[in-house]
Amino acid sequence: MSTYSPEVIKRHGLTQEEYARIERTLGRTPTWPELGVFSVLWSEHCSYKSSRVHLRRLPTKGPHVVLGPGENAGVIDAGDGWVVVFKMESHNHPSYIEPKQGAATGVGGILRDVFTMGARPIALLDALRFGRPDHPKTAHLVKGVVHGIGSYGNCVGVPTVGGDVAFDPSYDGNILVNAMAVGVARADRIFLGRAEGVGNPVFYVGSKTGRDGIHGATMASEEFGAGSEEKRPNVQVGDPFIEKLLIEACLEVMSEDLLVGIQDMGAAGLTSSSAEMAARAGSGLILHLDRVPMRETGMTPYELLLSESQERMLMVCEHGKEARLIELVSRWGLDVCEVGTVTDSGRYVGTWHGETVVDIPVSALVDDAPKYERPLAPARRADNVHEPAIPVPEGEEYSAVLGDLLARPTIASKRWVYRQYDHMVRTGTVLGPGVGDAAVVRLPDTKKGVALSVGCNGRQCALDPRRGAAQAVAEAALNVACVGARPMAITDCLNFASPERSAVMWAFSEAIDGIAEACEALSTPVVSGNVSFYNETEGRGIHPTPMIGMVGLMDDASRAVPSAFPEAGLEVLLIGEGRPGLGGTEFLAMYDETPLGPPSGFDLGAQRRLIDALLEGHAGGLFRSAHDVAEGGLAVALAECGFGGAGLGLSADIPAEDRLDVALFGECAGRVVVSTANVAEVESICARHYLKVVRLGRCRGDRLTLRVAGQVRVDAGLSTLKARWSHGFEGAVE
Amino acid sequence: MRFAVVSFPGSNCDDDCVRVLTEVFGQTAFKVRHDEHDLRAPDAILLPGGFSFGDYLRCGAIARFSPIMAEVQAFAARGGPVVGICNGFQILTEAGLLPGALRRNAGLSFICEDAYIGVEGRETPLTRGVQGQVLRIPIAHNEGNYFADTETLTALEAEGRVIFRYVAPDGRRTAEANPNGAANDIAGICNAAGNVVGLMPHPERCAEALLGNTDGRRLFESLLAGEAQR
Repeated sequence: MSTYSPEVIKRHGLTQEEYARIERTLGRTPTWPELGVFSVLWSEHCSYKSSRVHLRRLPTKGPHVVLGPGENAGVIDAGDGWVVVFKMESHNHPSYIEPKQGAATGVGGILRDVFTMGARPIALLDALRFGRPDHPKTAHLVKGVVHGIGSYGNCVGVPTVGGDVAFDPSYDGNILVNAMAVGVARADRIFLGRAEGVGNPVFYVGSKTGRDGIHGATMASEEFGAGSEEKRPNVQVGDPFIEKLLIEACLEVMSEDLLVGIQDMGAAGLTSSSAEMAARAGSGLILHLDRVPMRETGMTPYELLLSESQERMLMVCEHGKEARLIELVSRWGLDVCEVGTVTDSGRYVGTWHGETVVDIPVSALVDDAPKYERPLAPARRADNVHEPAIPVPEGEEYSAVLGDLLARPTIASKRWVYRQYDHMVRTGTVLGPGVGDAAVVRLPDTKKGVALSVGCNGRQCALDPRRGAAQAVAEAALNVACVGARPMAITDCLNFASPERSAVMWAFSEAIDGIAEACEALSTPVVSGNVSFYNETEGRGIHPTPMIGMVGLMDDASRAVPSAFPEAGLEVLLIGEGRPGLGGTEFLAMYDETPLGPPSGFDLGAQRRLIDALLEGHAGGLFRSAHDVAEGGLAVALAECGFGGAGLGLSADIPAEDRLDVALFGECAGRVVVSTANVAEVESICARHYLKVVRLGRCRGDRLTLRVAGQVRVDAGLSTLKARWSHGFEGAVE
Repeated sequence: MRFAVVSFPGSNCDDDCVRVLTEVFGQTAFKVRHDEHDLRAPDAILLPGGFSFGDYLRCGAIARFSPIMAEVQAFAARGGPVVGICNGFQILTEAGLLPGALRRNAGLSFICEDAYIGVEGRETPLTRGVQGQVLRIPIAHNEGNYFADTETLTALEAEGRVIFRYVAPDGRRTAEANPNGAANDIAGICNAAGNVVGLMPHPERCAEALLGNTDGRRLFESLLAGEAQR
């Protein structure tokens, strides 16, 4: 019995113990294609082997949850017979190596996860993290990623309606590209990734298979070392035109009763789609690999199984309806080919010109894949490691500090980015990028709106992963509530460094608990998600970044509220219980790149009350604008309220804190700036919800003047501030 | 009124055009596939935006060979109104129904944002009674940089065939108002007969109050009023 060298096994991302387990399962040495199949399906990326034991602690159920995690995307009920289907996924590793194609195929992959469920994609969002703006690679990566997202989303005709971009040195060697897709379907037309019905034919639909992306999943399950650029051949190449045809062909096929199951070929390609479909159905599958449409000659079973060529789907057709399926798909000029059959053998079988080259129990590949309870060790918190040297400005010099903050690319206008994305195609975008705290897209054929927000503050998570993760959920919920929608459910993209380090695994476990607590408190279950480990280079990991994508619903999309003051003379109020602090703030980062603590206080109960109060006010049409106070603190939030809308300034006394800079630039979750014509009613709602309200004055004029304890600390023309904010991003990347 | 919206592989504003015409304006509108030979007796044809055949060659260069384009040519020759929006405009230039070409934006990147469009020139099905107004209409393109040789440009100007121009909100022509480097700030033109119109901006994206802008309605209303007159 011949076996493989330790080096070959290592190259397949398998440990010696895992390899021994494969031999035990099969009772023999795996064939070369079998080794490849185990390699990708047991990779961290596909098997969630380090995260599964923790993911179980996430709340996934709720009265409006139609389908939680486990399928290709999560599904919630939107009423009137409609469901909203959504998921977020990472494409970090490929995007660092080849930013344009990496980001483009990230968009393509997440779209397929949504339309494979039978949903018409209606919106895309992207959460991006880059290293320090002056890092030599950053500008190149930003341009490539934005170009990649734009080129794919624009062509495929799905609007990119929102997103989140931030910069921090922890992402210098590992950028994050997290793409979220949202679709809508009729509640009775949801399709699942299941290979059911013995004898039903299995069809391959879409692009031909080439040699690109082989071992992409394995690559995404390793940290980067020197020379990671050499992994460029592992990155897939996308074709949005084919994706567009695939969307239309699939939705057309799904409008008739032809399919039993359908799944896209994403990470680990044909292998994972077919094995997962069989596993979910508890069935078996035989695939005739020689029938797979091939882009090049001389391809082997190993390559066909592992290729991550894009824009491919696997469909299980009801026996007897093959001709109609072939007819419909062919009209779109796509390959459609019967490559296999559903069996009841419980085995995953691949043949090559009649010879069996793969024969593995399905359960061994998916459900019985390795699971690890990796050791956890609390990281030393960064509290008071050292006192940062913050210069204390005199008098009104805080105006200049505010200008500097507004020009930081994390805070500055993202117009440079979203101008390159078609955010209006499909004529459903009610609030596009840069208008509201969340994007709002109409639900087709109804008056309803779907509100969408993505984000996570990595620095806060570095200080305290549990509180930071909970805060990410709360902030996303608050964004959705600001525009007037009720937060319904989340998808998450958990970006972490190597799970083999106990401090990272501890942070991951803490973040899971933080998400779980916040989702319980806010009644927003987790319906889909993805884990991305190994975001580290040469031992240096990213901040824990559990990205949250929130979906909210509103009954009347036409009542969506923007962030900025719309009309002079409205009363501006600060609502919320949060007490700001300096820990992990953007202000502090201007003087010291290391996230410093302590983190600010955080109260989930107050978050819930704030969201409820906002929704109550929205129901009565009380708010003309609403904007949460996030990075940069209150001074930045008030300036931002004057940059859009009617371009109005404010002269206000803001609450004093123990430090002047905390009052102006301190951050905490759970504060919102609103404008209203009906102060008394807003105050009474807030009183009922035990929320503090501070009157800041009426928006008017073209200056921002902020007084603390009676003394003017910021006094600047809005146009001066807006110029810094408008050019900060472009200045950093061009 | 009956509208045929031609759907090429990669068209992605075809549904939007149909939706606006049917749901907002209560007209009859239907998609006609690129490989069909029958336009199904429309009163007007729309060539929608998108990335026909992926636009991997010059935009519209492959779409113009689609079987349906012979019917579009014949319809245009009979004087029927044909409107090409964005990729549709690009296809019309490739098909020789409109002069000139649309090159890559001068800034080399895709641009999606509102633009101010001055409506001028001679009367066309799309601009009847709208001339002299400034409309706010979104653009979304990578190749909207209109180009033609000097003689063509001179003729277009002399014959009043420049019907849409990028302008500042107050209607003045400024360098900053031109988003893509288009010659003479051209956003849209018509053919010599005036029945074939191409424009880069997307009026179908701004015809409903819900979307925050209804300036595009005026162009559709012109189209509908023209048919009522006939």
